[in-house]
Amino acid sequence: MIPTTAVIVAMAFGVAAVTAQSDPIAARQALMKTNGKQAKLGSDMIRGKVPFALDNAKAIFLSFIDAANKMPNLFPENSKTGGDTSAAPEIWANMDDFKARFAKLAADSKAALETVKDRESFTAAYRNVNRTCDGCHEHYRVKKS
Amino acid sequence: MLRKLAIAIAILAGIFAGIFWILTIPKIVSRSELGPHTADLENGRILFHAGGCASCHAIPKQEDKSRLGGGLALPSAFGTFYAPNISPDPTDGIGAWTEAQFVTALKEGTSPSGEHLYPAFPYTSYRQVAVDDLRDLFAYLKTLPAVAGRTPDHQLPFPLGFRRGLGIWKLLFLDGGKFRPDPQKSPAFERGAYLVNGAGHCAECHSPRNVLGAVIAGLRFTGGPNPAGRGWVPNITQQELKDWSEPDIANLLETGETPEGDRVGSSMAEVVRSTTQLPAQDRAAIAAYVKSLPPVEGLKPPRKHEHHEH
Repeated sequence: MIPTTAVIVAMAFGVAAVTAQSDPIAARQALMKTNGKQAKLGSDMIRGKVPFALDNAKAIFLSFIDAANKMPNLFPENSKTGGDTSAAPEIWANMDDFKARFAKLAADSKAALETVKDRESFTAAYRNVNRTCDGCHEHYRVKKS
Repeated sequence: MLRKLAIAIAILAGIFAGIFWILTIPKIVSRSELGPHTADLENGRILFHAGGCASCHAIPKQEDKSRLGGGLALPSAFGTFYAPNISPDPTDGIGAWTEAQFVTALKEGTSPSGEHLYPAFPYTSYRQVAVDDLRDLFAYLKTLPAVAGRTPDHQLPFPLGFRRGLGIWKLLFLDGGKFRPDPQKSPAFERGAYLVNGAGHCAECHSPRNVLGAVIAGLRFTGGPNPAGRGWVPNITQQELKDWSEPDIANLLETGETPEGDRVGSSMAEVVRSTTQLPAQDRAAIAAYVKSLPPVEGLKPPRKHEHHEH
């Protein structure tokens, strides 16, 4: 489980690094896809669908921190449309707020990393970070399907 | 000759105006129809969260969802509606309303002053809620903080500002609306059907609408263009949710997460802030009903993601 997760994360980071310059939309979608995979694991551990593993729990927050660090640079002016993006135009109208939310995601994920010890502490920490995720998903993403 | 024609036209116009007037009389529920009732505030709280009242009526961008000062703009194909103040403030909110006036607004879409309400306020669904539940909800709303402040008037082009015409809309689209339990089904399933179609008013967003803004009955729950004008509301029939289990649906309503690891966004994030406060058995009941919705193919979104998102 741990090697698989690590490989997936590493692959996604690799893809993101290659495409960040040339294709920021693909890069940010790759980061969010990785976050989604990690989030599914977190959800499945909380719901008891897969056993809790501390290393996996920490990898989830590390993935969020990595994304939170990279995402603010992946929304240049020329990436408002195209590539089937779900990004809402409000992002560019409120760029300071948008970036502040990623800073909060990184800070909350770091704090979560410190506190997670077992399934119970993970659940609390993870749900707290979820609320930060929603800060952007609610206002800065347009669902298209 | 011309004079006779003019008189005939005037008489006909008068007849039509009279018919129109009669057909569009706003209905009311009178106090005498209500009977005795002891309010159950906990049940009112559950109805409040099942209905997601705060989603539209809480002051936008405010953490405290119990301050129902309204003001949220609801853009639509017909103009912009502003969710009114439903806090217990006696001047700007519903503090001076009687219980019968409240029940009338939710059951018949008629305001205390006897005008038709726009169906942007989904009485099309709320009319299915039992009267006793509405009375509990009213009692619960009265326990929330009074907030002063009138919300802006709806911005509607002519002739939509003329509310009397809504009487025709109601004739066309407002059905009997009494929730009919099905004795073949389990009580939990029935509870789910009641919450989804009544207070929860899920179909109001998760269905496409016709040119007059009414839900297209055959495509109920198949999603469609966001009524607020941007993005797409997902199909929640088994067409799209066949891989979701009942616990997956209940979990989404509690945590906002999909089984694929995504999170609900846009207005559904706000909905989940309400459903997360429901008793777990009510979320399970909603999930049981939603899981039972037969697969129906909805309208096609303009573009599909390469990977399939819900």
